[in-house]
Amino acid sequence: MFKTIRNQKAVALKEIPELPFQQLRPEILALCGSGKRVVGFFGVKEENAIRVYTVLADDDEASILLASSVFDAGASYPCLTQEALQFAAFERELWEETGLIPEGHPWLKPVRYGHDRHDRAQTMESYPFYKMKGEQVHEVAVGPVHAGIIEPGHFRFMCAGEKIEHLEIQPGYQHRGVEALFLKAGKTYMPQLAESIAGDTTVGHSMAYCSLVESLSGTMVSRRANVIRAIGLELERAAVHTGDLAAISNDIAYLPGNSVFGDNRTTIINTSLLICGSRFGRGLIRPGGAAFDIGPDTAKQVVRNVDRAFSRIEEMCEKMFTSASVLSRLQHTGTVTHETAARAGLTGLAARASGVKIDVRADHPTGAYNNFTVRKQTMADGDVFARAYLRYMEIRQAVSLVKEMADNLPHGPLLEKTQQLLPSMMAVSMVEGWRGGIAHIGITGADGAMKRIKIKDPSFNNWIGLALAVRNNGISDFPLCNKSFDLSYCGNDL
Amino acid sequence: MLDVLKIRLHQGRRYIPDLKKAAVSPMFRGMPEITADKAGDDFTADKICPSGAITREPLSIDMGKCHFCGDCVRACKNNEIKFTNFHKLSSDSGEKLVIKAGMTPEAFEKDAVFCRTEIKKTFGRSLKLRQVSAGGCNGCEMELNACSNVNFDMGRYGIDFAASPRHADGLVITGPVTENMAYALEDTYRATPEPKIIIAAGTCAISGGMFAGSPAIDRKFFEKHKVDLYIPGCPIHPLTFISGVMKFLGI
Repeated sequence: MFKTIRNQKAVALKEIPELPFQQLRPEILALCGSGKRVVGFFGVKEENAIRVYTVLADDDEASILLASSVFDAGASYPCLTQEALQFAAFERELWEETGLIPEGHPWLKPVRYGHDRHDRAQTMESYPFYKMKGEQVHEVAVGPVHAGIIEPGHFRFMCAGEKIEHLEIQPGYQHRGVEALFLKAGKTYMPQLAESIAGDTTVGHSMAYCSLVESLSGTMVSRRANVIRAIGLELERAAVHTGDLAAISNDIAYLPGNSVFGDNRTTIINTSLLICGSRFGRGLIRPGGAAFDIGPDTAKQVVRNVDRAFSRIEEMCEKMFTSASVLSRLQHTGTVTHETAARAGLTGLAARASGVKIDVRADHPTGAYNNFTVRKQTMADGDVFARAYLRYMEIRQAVSLVKEMADNLPHGPLLEKTQQLLPSMMAVSMVEGWRGGIAHIGITGADGAMKRIKIKDPSFNNWIGLALAVRNNGISDFPLCNKSFDLSYCGNDL
Repeated sequence: MLDVLKIRLHQGRRYIPDLKKAAVSPMFRGMPEITADKAGDDFTADKICPSGAITREPLSIDMGKCHFCGDCVRACKNNEIKFTNFHKLSSDSGEKLVIKAGMTPEAFEKDAVFCRTEIKKTFGRSLKLRQVSAGGCNGCEMELNACSNVNFDMGRYGIDFAASPRHADGLVITGPVTENMAYALEDTYRATPEPKIIIAAGTCAISGGMFAGSPAIDRKFFEKHKVDLYIPGCPIHPLTFISGVMKFLGI
C-alpha cells in the first residue's frame, strides 16, 4: 500500500501509490501504532483537487513509506490526531494551507498564519486561546517580544496560583514565506535560503536542502565533501549544545557555567569560521559538495580547538552536574515521560532525553554517517536535567566524531557540478540537526522545476513537548524548561 | 568552591583586552573589495547572487543586501570580487554601504559613521538597547547575545541590552520584518521613550535581504522611521556590532 524508499533517494511520482483516504487511514494508524513516525503530511494543489502525501519513517528498517490521496477542495475527513497524537501539528498545517478539514481534531487552529493560508480571515489577533475558568485561575500573556534577545512568539499560561495548569504557544510571528521563495527561484538552487531557515541550524538545513536537490538531480557527492559536511554538522551540534548549557546555567544563576560554556562555545564556532569564513557555517555546504576544503593544517587546528574546548567543558560539566544546588533545580523539573514523548512524536534530543531511541544519523544514515558510527544516546527521566546532561553526552560524541573525521579525511573532489533536476520526482531528505530530525521533501514538476518543497524543522514536532513539560510546574521555572528545549520560532514559522 | 576557582584558573584570561584593535580571522568574509570598474562579458556573479546585491555598471556590491555567502567569489573568473576580513562595516547611511572599485577599508572607515554631538552627549556613557527580532533567523540574535559574553563584554563601554523598551534608549532590529511582526515592532518603538535611536542589524533588517520580495514581509516601519545606524552582516559579527556602536557614540 506504501512505496518504500530510502533517505535521500528519489522516486518517480508515478510509483507512489494513490489510494482513497478511507482505505489509507487505517493503514496509517496501524503503522503509527507499531512505531512509525510521521515526517510529512502535506498537500499539493492540483486542478480543483488537493493531493495529500503521507510520509512515514520506519526507523527499524531505515526506510521511508510514501502514499498519496486525492481530495476535492474543501473536503473533510476523520482526523488522525485523535488516535495518533503525533499528527496534531501536521493536520493543523494541512488545514491551514489547503482548507481540508480534519474532523474531530481537538485543537484545530492555524500553526503559523502563513501569507498564503487558505483562509485569510483568520488573523493572529483573533487566535482562539484555550480558556480555563475558576476562582484561582489567572492568565499570563508573554510575548511576542520577550525580555531576552530571542525570536518572537506568544505564550499564554493558565495558572492556578504559581502553578502552570496549561500553556498554549502561538507561533507565526516569524513567517517569511520560505517555502514559496524556494519555488520562486524556479530551477535555480538557493542554499543560502536554506541556511536562513533557522540561523542556529544553518548547517543542518543547508545539508538537508543540498542533499535533497542532489537526490532529485542524481548528483553524486565525493566522500571528502561528505566528511567535510559532517564535520560542519557536528561542530554545529557541539557549539549549540554548549551555548545551551551556558543559557541553562544562566537561568539557574550558576555563573561559572555561564562563563565557561559561553567562552568554549566561542572556541567551537570560531573553528567553523576557520573552515568556511562564517561562525555558523554559512557558505560551507553547496549542492554538489562542500565549498571549502579542510587542508592538513586546518584539520590539525580543528582537532586542537575542539580538544581544548572539550577538556574545559568536561571539567565544568563534571562539577556542575554533581553540585547539589544545580541538581535541585534541574531534576524533576519540566518532565516529559517516555510515553508522552513517543505519543506526541517528539524528535531529536528532546525525545532521546525521554528515552525514545531515535537518531537519523544512526537510523537512516547517509553520506559520511555510513562510514562513521553514531551511538544513539538516551536518558530515562525526560526532565530538564536529562536534556541538559544529554547535551553534555552529545557534545562528547560530536567532538570525538569531528576529531575522527578530521584525522581521516578521504581524498576526492570538493564540489561536483550539479545536474538538472529530474522531472516528476519526489525525494525525502532527513538530517539529524542538533535539535533533531530535519526533513526537506521536494517534488519536481513535469518541466523539471521544483514544484513543491515541504520543510520540517524539529521544532515543529517539539513545541508541543514544551507545552506538556511545563504542566504542574511553577511558572518561574518556565524559562528553564524553555531553554532545555531551545526550539526555533522561524524554523516552525518558515 | 575551590574546584570552581580551579576551573576559572584553567580557563585563563578569555576577554579581548582592546576591542578597537581586535581583528577577525583572515578567513572571515568582511568588507568586499572590487577590482574592476565594469563587469566583463563573462561575469555571472550578479546572476547567482541570492539577494541582488551586485550591479554590473558600475561594478558594485551593496553590503546592505549582501549575505556574505561568498558564492560570487567562486563565480568570478577574473577575481573581480574578493572579500577582506575587515569587520568594521557599520555606516550611518544606506548609500555608503555600496562598495565600488577602489574603495579600501581605510577609506570606508573614515567616513562610514559620523558621531553626532547630541548622540555623544546623551548616550556616550550609557546606551541601553531593546532588541526586536522581526523575522530574524536567530543568527543575528545569537551574535547580539555574544556581544555580552565573557569574550566581547560590550557592557564595559556602557552598552547593554535592556529587558523592556520602557528602559531603553533605542531599538536594535533584526530580520526582514514579517507581516505578522509588523504591529509588535511598531508597538515596541512607541513604548520606547524619547530621545531614541534605531539600529538596523544584519542584512535582512537593512534591506530585507533575500526575503525582500516575499509577500510575507512588511517593511513599512522603515518607510516611517529613520535608521540611525546600519550594521551589515549575515549574521553580524559581534565585533562589527560593537565597533559600529562605539563609533556612533564617539567612544
